Amino acid sequence: MSPNATLDKISRQFPRSVIETHTWRGDATAIVRREDILAICTFLRDDPELAYNFMMDLTAVDYLGKAPRFEVVYHLYSLSKNQRVRIKAQVPEADCAIDSIVSVWIAADWFEREVFDLYGIVFKGHPNLKRILLYEGFEGHPLRKDYPVKQRQPLIGPLN
Amino acid sequence: MTDSAKTLHTEHMVINMGPSHPVTHGTVKFTVTLDGETVHDLKVDIGYLHRGFEKMCENGTWEQVMPYTDRLNYVSPLINNVGYALAVEKLFGVETPARCQYIRVIACEMARICDHFTNIAAGAMEVGAMTVFLYFVEARDLLWDLMEELCGARVTANYVRIGGLKNDLPEGFGAKTAKAFETCRELWTDVDKLLTKNRIFIDRMRDVGTMPAEEAMAYGFTGPCLRASGVPYDVRKAHPYLVYDQLDFEIPVGETGDNFDRYLVRMEEIQQSMRIVEQALAQLPAGPINLDVPGLRWQSKDDTYNRIEALIFHFKTITEGIQPPAGEIYAAVEGANGELGFYLVSDGSGKPVKCRVRPPSFPMTAAMPRMMRGRLIADIVPTFDMINMIGGECDR
Repeated sequence: MSPNATLDKISRQFPRSVIETHTWRGDATAIVRREDILAICTFLRDDPELAYNFMMDLTAVDYLGKAPRFEVVYHLYSLSKNQRVRIKAQVPEADCAIDSIVSVWIAADWFEREVFDLYGIVFKGHPNLKRILLYEGFEGHPLRKDYPVKQRQPLIGPLN
Repeated sequence: MTDSAKTLHTEHMVINMGPSHPVTHGTVKFTVTLDGETVHDLKVDIGYLHRGFEKMCENGTWEQVMPYTDRLNYVSPLINNVGYALAVEKLFGVETPARCQYIRVIACEMARICDHFTNIAAGAMEVGAMTVFLYFVEARDLLWDLMEELCGARVTANYVRIGGLKNDLPEGFGAKTAKAFETCRELWTDVDKLLTKNRIFIDRMRDVGTMPAEEAMAYGFTGPCLRASGVPYDVRKAHPYLVYDQLDFEIPVGETGDNFDRYLVRMEEIQQSMRIVEQALAQLPAGPINLDVPGLRWQSKDDTYNRIEALIFHFKTITEGIQPPAGEIYAAVEGANGELGFYLVSDGSGKPVKCRVRPPSFPMTAAMPRMMRGRLIADIVPTFDMINMIGGECDR
C-alpha cells in the first residue's frame, strides 16, 4: 500500500477524527484527535490491509506558543506491507492527558513512561506510569521548552 | 517435593542487582524477587546514564549534534553518525555523492563488526569463557586501529558530516583492511571452535531468554534479537539506504529467539559485514566526498580563505547553523542493535525543534521481565548480555 493509501483508509474509517493528512519527503503523516487515538491504533493494527504490527517509536514535541501545545507522535511500521506511517495527536497544556495504547502494542509501555517523565503528559490507563529515565525527586519535566537547560535540581544543589 | 519442603515456611527474597554491578553494563538496576534461585519477578530501572541528549540538541545547531551522536551507541559510533547525517540530509532532500555513500557503508559495517565483537566477547566472558573476550578484543582492536587512521579516534569518531564526510580514506586503507580482516577471520574461527559446540556455553544460552516472534514484534524488538526470533527484518534490506541495494549480502535469521540464536546471528553478521566492506572497497568510485552546497557543507579551506562567498557561508553556517526547510522526518538505519531511527523536527532555523533518537535497545530492555520470569537468577546474565543494551543509547 502506498503511503497515501494508508492515509486515505484512515480518513475514510475515522472521518471525524482525522484533522489533517500530508506526505512530505516520503513520510505519511496523519494528525488525529486525541480522544480517538485508541480506536485508530487498534484499527491500524488489526485491519488486514494495513497490519501495522510494530510500534516503532512514541514521542512528543513541545510547540510552546502554539495551541494545542503538545503533539504526541507515534511511528508505526507494518512488516508484511513494508509501510511506515506517522500518527500525531495534539494534546493541550491545560488537560495534559491522552489514552495509553499499551493494550494495542506492549512496546508503548516504556515509551509512554518516557514521554510522561520528560514532558509531563499523562497516559490514562497506563499500568505503571512512573518516571523512567530520571530519578524520583526530580522536579519538573525537562524536555518542555520552558525548562531552562541549566536548571539546578534540589537533590543536586547549586553550582558552587 | 518432600514432606519437609511442603511444610517449610518460605518467602520471596528481594535482591538488588544494583546499577554498579559487573553484569549490568550500561548501568541498569534490576530488583529481583527470588523464590530460592528462581526469578519470581524482575523490575528494571534504567536512566542512570541519561545525559539529556535531546535537550542538548535543541540547545545547539544541527551540526553541533554530531559529536553527541557518537556517544549514543558508543560501541558503534559511526553508525549513529551516519544515521543522523542521513536524517538531516532527508530533511534537506539531498543525497551525497557516490564515493561518500560507499565510504559511509564501509564505516557503518566496520562499526557493526566492532559492536558484535564486543557483545559476544562480553557475553562469553560473563558465562566464564575468558579467552573469547581476549580474542575478540584483539580483533576489535585491529579494527579500531583502522578507524583511528580513518578519522583520528578509536571510539568517538565524529567522522561523518551533514552533506559528506570529514576526510577521505587514507592511503593504503584497502590493503590494511584486507590484512586486518585476515586476522579477524582467524580469530572468528577460533571463537567459533571454542563456543558454538561447547557444552557449557550451549547449556547456559540454549532456551534461555526465549522470545517468540509475535511477542518480539509486539515489544518492538528489532535487529539481531528480532532476527534471532525468526523475523527477517533488516532496515538495510527493507528500506535500502546508501548503496546497500547494490551490495550482495545476506541477513542471518534464527529460529527460537533464545540467547544462543542471538549469538549465532551476530557471529554470522560479522562475516556478512566483512563481505560488505570488501565489496564496497572493490567498487569504490572516484569523486568528491562532500556535497557542493555551501549552505549545507563547508567548502574547502582553500576556498574559504580566498573567496568571499565561501567565507560568508562558512561564517553563517557556524554562527546560525545550517537551515533545513520547516518540516519533520523520520529516517532509520540498521544499527548494530536494530532500527536506529531519528525523528527530526525543523522550523526552518539553525537549531532543531526536536531531535529524537529511537533507541533500538530500549524495547529489548523493557522485555527483560517477560524473558526472565520463572528462570534462574543465573539466566539474567547471558540474557542481559545478548540483548546488547548499551546505556548510552537506551538512556541517552
